[in-house]
Amino acid sequence: MSASRQYELVYVVSPDASEQDVTDLHAQVEAVIVRIGGELVKSENWGRRKMAYEIGPHKEGVYVLELINGAGELMKELERRLRVSEKVLRYLVVRVDEELRTAERARSRRKVRTGPPGGEGTGMGTDGGYDRDEAEV
Amino acid sequence: MADEQRRGGGGGRGGRGGARGANAEKGPAQRRSLFRRRKVCKFCSEKIDYIDYKDVRMLMPFVPDRGKILPRRISGVCAPHQRALQTAIKRARQLALVPYVTD
Repeated sequence: MSASRQYELVYVVSPDASEQDVTDLHAQVEAVIVRIGGELVKSENWGRRKMAYEIGPHKEGVYVLELINGAGELMKELERRLRVSEKVLRYLVVRVDEELRTAERARSRRKVRTGPPGGEGTGMGTDGGYDRDEAEV
Repeated sequence: MADEQRRGGGGGRGGRGGARGANAEKGPAQRRSLFRRRKVCKFCSEKIDYIDYKDVRMLMPFVPDRGKILPRRISGVCAPHQRALQTAIKRARQLALVPYVTD
C-alpha cells in the first residue's frame, strides 16, 4: 500500500541512562519496526558525546542512529514512542532516500563529464584561461 | 559594491599622500588582485555531493563563534550547496551537534 521509504532516525538518550536502558530502547525500536513491517538497515551507537548546548541539566548525551526502511506510519509510531520516553532528550527523523538519490545522480553525472580522457586536457586549458581572465577583471 | 569602491578610494588617497599621482592610479587595481582572492565553493571543489548533518567536522567551519551560519559572501560556497548546508546545520542543531547560539 504505502511505498517503502528510507528514514534516518537519530535519538539522544539522557546521560543518566544506563547501558541497559540504551539497549532496551534500541530493542523497543526494533520491535516496533518488526511489528509494523519495516526493516532495520543499520544501527549505530555513537556513544556518549558532549552536546553543543545544554538540554535541561545535561551536558552530554548518548547518540544512537538507526537507518530504517519502512512506511510513514511506522515512523509516526516510532516518533510517538520516543516522545513519550523520558530517557530520550531529542530525536530527529529525516527521510533520506530522495536526498541520497540526488547525491548519487550528481556523482554519476560528474563521472560522465570527466569520463572522456581526450576532453580533459583541453578542459583544463580553457579553465586556466578563465581563471586568468577573472583575476584581471 | 559601494563598500569596495569606498575602500579603493581610500587606498588612492593614501597613495596621493605619498605624493605620487601615478601610484594612486595604479593603487586600486593592485589592491584588488592582492586582497580579493577568488573564492571557490568548498563542496564543489572537493566533490561532496551530500552534506551530511551528522558530520559535525564538516559543518563546523561554517558555524563561526557566535553560532550563526556563515554567509555565502564570505565562505564562497555556491548557492545550491549553501542551501544544502543550511538544512544540514539546522538539522544538526536540533540534535545539539551544532550550537544555536554561543556567547
